[in-house]
Amino acid sequence: MTDLPPFQTLIDEHAGDVMAVCRGAVGRGDADDCFQETFISALRAYPRLKDGGNLRGWLITIAHRKAIDHHRTRGRQPLPVAEVKEVAVEDALPDDGLWELVATLPPKQRAAVTLRYASDLPHAEIAAALGCSPEAARRSLHEGIKRLRKELA
Amino acid sequence: MRDSLNRLAERAAEEGLLDVAYATTDSPFGTLLLATTRRGLVRLGLPNQDADALLVDLATRVSPRVLEAPAQLDQARRELDLYFEGKLTNFDLPLDWRLSRDFRRKVLRAIARIPYGQTRSYTQMATSAGNERAVRAAGTACGTNPLPLVVPCHRVLRSGGALGGYGGGLPMKQGLLRLEGVLDS
Repeated sequence: MTDLPPFQTLIDEHAGDVMAVCRGAVGRGDADDCFQETFISALRAYPRLKDGGNLRGWLITIAHRKAIDHHRTRGRQPLPVAEVKEVAVEDALPDDGLWELVATLPPKQRAAVTLRYASDLPHAEIAAALGCSPEAARRSLHEGIKRLRKELA
Repeated sequence: MRDSLNRLAERAAEEGLLDVAYATTDSPFGTLLLATTRRGLVRLGLPNQDADALLVDLATRVSPRVLEAPAQLDQARRELDLYFEGKLTNFDLPLDWRLSRDFRRKVLRAIARIPYGQTRSYTQMATSAGNERAVRAAGTACGTNPLPLVVPCHRVLRSGGALGGYGGGLPMKQGLLRLEGVLDS
């Protein structure tokens, strides 16, 4: 544990990436909640972290889990489709629109797309973050992109 | 992003996850680093000291939960501002002494009692700490003081009146003694 850098270093270096993952995974409106949950969870666990090697991957993994939690909670609420539409209409920027579309993908595909393009993670790390094989990660990514292309066409 | 980060620091404090909060503040001598635990001010970094290295040291010796959280240091910053304006002679801040031990801590506690505008010798400090022969150790305690300014090691001089050393550099020691009216401006 003596090798862990001050937590602020993680914030300074990776807050942007974590926010991008959250935006991609839950949409702009709820991204800050996801961001806060991610860093509070990370801060809570930080002193017990055994390996300070891949702190960015660790944070991205937590962000991804928080996003899944968010969708699970939301899944129990009525009319999720109406909500997605509202957000999509509000956002005029094409890039935001794309990420809103990403947010409508099934969880694994959404996560794979976000981790690949918002966080720039290689397939192996995406697989580690999703808890699946690299092959399965590649497939989720491929399916996700195919679906986005269809939506945008 | 700024708002998100402020909210994060606030929430970390509320949930008891903010083990070390730090902030920087301006002074006539340059930027100071201030760090506090829940017990009190734990570290004050002088302008010529490497702030990043001090934070790494805090992460190792206190807790890696080190966050920039200026709101936690408002009182310390206010008191330091007043001190540099010559409007404050006694700091009223809770202190966390955990970074000094044994004889050094005793020396620092004795230094903390030297009144504003007065000086003592290293020998006097060694004596106050219970070992009049440990003059060199008293000097080391000053040199490794984790809370300079607030624990005013700049008020400790050599027995003959020579300035001795200072962690922030001799010009700063002279400047502080001038501010307190010990040296002529």
